[in-house]
Amino acid sequence: MMRKQVRPAIVMTLLLCIITGFIYPGVVTGLAQLVFSRQANGSLVEVNGRVVGSALIGQTFMQPYYFHSRPSAAGSGYDATASGGTNKGPTDRKLADTLVAQAIDSAVKIDHVTKGQIPGDMVTSSASGLDPHISPENAHQQVPRVATSRRVTVEVIQALVDAHTETRQFGFFGEPRVNVLLLNIALDSAFSRIDPTRKGSAK
Amino acid sequence: MTANGWLQILFFSLAIFAVAKPLGLYLVAVYDGRVRWLGPIERGVYALSDVDPDEDQHWTRYAGSMLLFSLATMLLTYAVLRLQHLLPLNPQHLPAVTDRQSFETAASFTTNTNWQSYSGESTMSYFSQMTQLAYHNFVSAAVGMGIAVAFVRGLARQSAGKLGNFWADLVRGTLYVLLPLSLVFSLVLVHQGVIQNFTPYLNLTTLEGAKQTLAMGPVASQEAIKQLGTNGGGFFNANSAHPFENPTPWSNFWAMFLIFAIPSGLVWMFGRMIGNRRHGWAVWAAMFLLFFSGVSTVYWAEARGNPIHATAGVNMLASATQPGGNMEGKEVRFGIVNSALFATITTDASCGAVNAMHDSFTPLGGLVPLLNIQLGEVIFGGVGAGLYGMLAMIVLTVFIAGLMVGRTPEYLGKKIQAREIQMVMLFALLSSLIILGMTALSVILPAGLAELNNSGPHGFSEILYAFSSAFGNNGSAFGGLTGTTYYYNTMLAVTMLFGRFGLIVPVLALAGFMAEKKIVPESIGTFPVTGPLFVLLLIGVILIVGALTFFPALALGPIVEHFLMDAGRLF
Repeated sequence: MMRKQVRPAIVMTLLLCIITGFIYPGVVTGLAQLVFSRQANGSLVEVNGRVVGSALIGQTFMQPYYFHSRPSAAGSGYDATASGGTNKGPTDRKLADTLVAQAIDSAVKIDHVTKGQIPGDMVTSSASGLDPHISPENAHQQVPRVATSRRVTVEVIQALVDAHTETRQFGFFGEPRVNVLLLNIALDSAFSRIDPTRKGSAK
Repeated sequence: MTANGWLQILFFSLAIFAVAKPLGLYLVAVYDGRVRWLGPIERGVYALSDVDPDEDQHWTRYAGSMLLFSLATMLLTYAVLRLQHLLPLNPQHLPAVTDRQSFETAASFTTNTNWQSYSGESTMSYFSQMTQLAYHNFVSAAVGMGIAVAFVRGLARQSAGKLGNFWADLVRGTLYVLLPLSLVFSLVLVHQGVIQNFTPYLNLTTLEGAKQTLAMGPVASQEAIKQLGTNGGGFFNANSAHPFENPTPWSNFWAMFLIFAIPSGLVWMFGRMIGNRRHGWAVWAAMFLLFFSGVSTVYWAEARGNPIHATAGVNMLASATQPGGNMEGKEVRFGIVNSALFATITTDASCGAVNAMHDSFTPLGGLVPLLNIQLGEVIFGGVGAGLYGMLAMIVLTVFIAGLMVGRTPEYLGKKIQAREIQMVMLFALLSSLIILGMTALSVILPAGLAELNNSGPHGFSEILYAFSSAFGNNGSAFGGLTGTTYYYNTMLAVTMLFGRFGLIVPVLALAGFMAEKKIVPESIGTFPVTGPLFVLLLIGVILIVGALTFFPALALGPIVEHFLMDAGRLF
């Protein structure tokens, strides 16, 4: 009896594999490339004709004249071939005493934030390690440093942050957020960089 | 917790309520064979495979077909993964997947688990992802839906143990339900920013002059069916937290909606097929109440945050400019509420996709996903698997109610007798035997302890979560546990196979036994299966069975960790 089911099992496996494993993704790729080719290819961002990243994938920023991304556990930081979080639990000593503690120390040192006022996203790693966003509060805490580095007023930089703050989608989905890469590109196009550590190395 | 957060939860709840009837109606038509718009393709598949779609199969034959088909798909995937380096669409020249990893992955995707101990972007070629993993997302989901429909037929019919035709259910579910919905929603996802291409990984220089390589691939086509089929296997390691898989709150909403859409529709279909829609809605209500309690708990726990980090200086209060709460392992665009919602949904169903890292949740925030899986993923549940799991719990509920009033229990006019309850008990006890047994073994053996990323009670939770997830065919993880050793690859693969086929066979037997019975008219002594009393009793039985089985283990993991966290204790 069961032997008669062997042929259907094998043939059905192959046929459904052709339909769902070859034809379906092929059709989706064709339509996606035709209709939404920018998104399908990674929402790439260009500056002066050079691709500098994807609007969806975070990058490491260390210079004082840029807004900084969140800590990242992807590879050695924002490695887009090794996505992932720390996977450290809430009572983990390394998370509390090393990762979060160091991030807090650095925020206090670089941005003079007040303990107790530090937004969580500023000192924690994201799930993907590639989070392109920071919270508006996180950006706000970095405004004075960026303003000093760019030798402009705090108000001007805060206005640029506000202009780059994405509200909740359709008014209520998700969270307000600031795309770090896009904000930094806007900074570069609006103001010159002044790096206090390397005098006169402006763009 | 914020008003906006509750609004997002409410909107999602309304959406899954609204989809139940229209999708349920369509499912009834599909499994009746009345939907035919791909008729030539459907008939071609039957003809080439030498199948008669009208043959009514006895439950043993239905089960045999299902097992043979699953074995064939598993062998194919094992072969492709082992030969990956020789096959096309491998621009990164990734090598063959190791034998133990291939075995585990083939088992994982065949069982609709999609547990992934590998990292997608550095292990799987586009060919393997597209033709094997995405393909399994379709067929393992279609198998699950078929089993649920077969079970419902067993309840609705008086047919000498016959449950319909496995091959027809498989093909119809794939062609008429999963394919068209996946096609539409993959384009919605691309519109939001999910990538869909076959180009090699892209090397670029960042704004600060560093090198960055962006992993690419046909992601959207896999993403849609990953959610719709409650599979959950991510294209990338970070799964639905990766911005190329889930770029915006809107793509996140559709991901969550797709996970619950078919399970919600199947419950409506069930009510319709048995001719008692009020019973269908009562089951739906029980599921919804359990879902809502779960998401409320996770939302509360994650919004409350981590007192240890608060003491160190982190502001846990949500405001208009920051999400507050425990943001470790969460994305800014999703914040607390969408991470809590997603974690609850993905473990209510047997999906296992994650948009935040469960391992980094607070203890009580992580307890709910773990408990959801241990309750059998009957809260809407995996496509098909949720409904048949819930039906087994309902049979148990009716049986207990019958014992309480001292009458022969009957369900939908069919008497529940010894062999039916034997099958239900097999279903209920296998989970505790395997999950607790495997966990106990792993905390004794050095090989089991060598892979932990956290120590203390959280380390125990990692192991318990791994075997719960594998047995429940969920696939989400406390991801710190690196399961890429011989020990974990093999033990988890075996657990997944038990969790799938060890449950489906007693379920089909139960369905077959029920189908043999005559339907007797309701009497004054029949326990009503509609109304609040039934809903509460059903919820009570689910919680009691789950709690009696797993409470001691949970006390050693997340519960004790909660108190230690509040006391500021680190490990």
